Amino acid sequence: MSRTRIAIVGAGPAGAFTASQLRRHGSWADIDLIERLPTPWGLLRAGVAPDHQEIKRLDETFDRTIFRAGCRFYGNVAVGTDVAHTDLMRRYHAVVYAVGAQTDRALGIPGEELPGSLPATAFVGWYNGHPDYCDLAPDLSHETAVVIGNGNVAADVARLLTRDPDELARTDVADHALAALRASAVRRVVVLGRRGPAQAAFTNAELRELGRMAGVEVVVEPAEAQLDPVSEEWLAEEGTFTARRNVERLKEYAAAGRDASAGRTIELRFLRSPAAIRGTDHVEGIDVVTNEITRDERGVLRARPVSEATETIPCGLVLRSVGYQAVPLPDVPFDERSYVLPNDRGRVLDLDTGEAIPGVYAVGWIKRGPTGILGTNKRDAEETVRALVEDLQAGRLNEPVEEGTVEDLLQGRDDVVTAAGWSAIDRHELAAGAAGERPRVKLAAREELLGVATGTGDAA
Amino acid sequence: MTYVIIGSCVKDDACIEVCPVDCIHPRPEDPDFETAEQLYIDPEECIDCDACVEACPVDAIYPGAGVPAKDGDSIDLNALFFAERAVVR
Repeated sequence: MSRTRIAIVGAGPAGAFTASQLRRHGSWADIDLIERLPTPWGLLRAGVAPDHQEIKRLDETFDRTIFRAGCRFYGNVAVGTDVAHTDLMRRYHAVVYAVGAQTDRALGIPGEELPGSLPATAFVGWYNGHPDYCDLAPDLSHETAVVIGNGNVAADVARLLTRDPDELARTDVADHALAALRASAVRRVVVLGRRGPAQAAFTNAELRELGRMAGVEVVVEPAEAQLDPVSEEWLAEEGTFTARRNVERLKEYAAAGRDASAGRTIELRFLRSPAAIRGTDHVEGIDVVTNEITRDERGVLRARPVSEATETIPCGLVLRSVGYQAVPLPDVPFDERSYVLPNDRGRVLDLDTGEAIPGVYAVGWIKRGPTGILGTNKRDAEETVRALVEDLQAGRLNEPVEEGTVEDLLQGRDDVVTAAGWSAIDRHELAAGAAGERPRVKLAAREELLGVATGTGDAA
Repeated sequence: MTYVIIGSCVKDDACIEVCPVDCIHPRPEDPDFETAEQLYIDPEECIDCDACVEACPVDAIYPGAGVPAKDGDSIDLNALFFAERAVVR
């Protein structure tokens, strides 16, 4: 019997956990990871903040259980443009989509498109050396920056904007970002939460960390740390362990006296929604309305504006972090309402018939929506791999008409990054890091990455 | 002193798989698993065997006495998670 050929599209955490688990099932399959960037590991490399280096150690596990276990890598190859879904289906018994959610959700308010108003995800990509965002050049010339959202991306960007650059210099933050942050005029970061302290989506660890940075003061207005009656009741009845600890922590921040010696502040504001971004040819300020928490008829908590009155916060940078959103892929079904691939436990479904399409699977954010943390993808991958293995055993996989792999489709291209190419990038970056007492020095520009990977250039 | 999981936990469940006394929670099948930001070790149950430390891919598990200063709160947080859970059940 011929070997089973499986293509995984997207080498972020979801694709990586899928590859390593398929490999754990045995060596009956050839597993190819196809990734649009020259480097693997997606948001582990380009999302996780540089001052959270310990989490990035997961890359060693991925390298060991995937590439050193024989899976192949085809980096700098975009499925949908360089290679079509139908081309893969001619060659693979199974194609697993692990493409994540590649855009951010918009606020839908006037002025959002002004220069100086950016998705937080672009800013994250910029400081993490993501090739698509090297040239972002966020404007850090104004004293105040506003961050919209109350999740961990919001906490990450608030921290990166205020942390002492000398501390960042010991991380793998992108060099272009480090230089810009050293010259930054930002001294005050205002973080706006639509709902109250009980509903903030920060983790305890992130909220605690904000208050532990040298030279940075976290400011919470005592009145805003108090819970409204609806939230009080909700926290007691349905609140999570994390939410209860967050409320305690926010009350501590509110009770602490002001620290005149702190050079930078992070103001956490609650029950505040952006109404409009002001400015003529650049962000000059943001109008904010005050909300209250109500329960709708289904018992879900909602934030509702109390009045039309607005407060204007002068600022030069607005970073919005109100969620990620997936992008449809050519020739693959897409659920336009939920922004995921329609699927049943990972089996992608035909939108017309509701039946599983043989050999097409989804995993990660493109399967369940942009929720959960890194490890969530491990259970998610287990489910998809279980479906795939069941289908293999039942003879329900795709029947490819050609014997080949994606390699056939990449003939003549000298800019495809293989596992050996990635290993060259990794070694190069680690060596550069060791020389400067940093965990690694990232190559950010696509040409530099490709030069080192293919041995045709030297970024140093 | 027992082992403690700090805030850099990514909820990879490798530690749960190797724990011989089932003292790491919530487990994937538990109702509070999805909302938990990290996994916690029950200080009343942990037998100090070290298996989870080896298994953790992000080195987020420390012996209590070795918890980095910046993560000191995690010692109380691990204990508190189980104390609150005991009340709920």
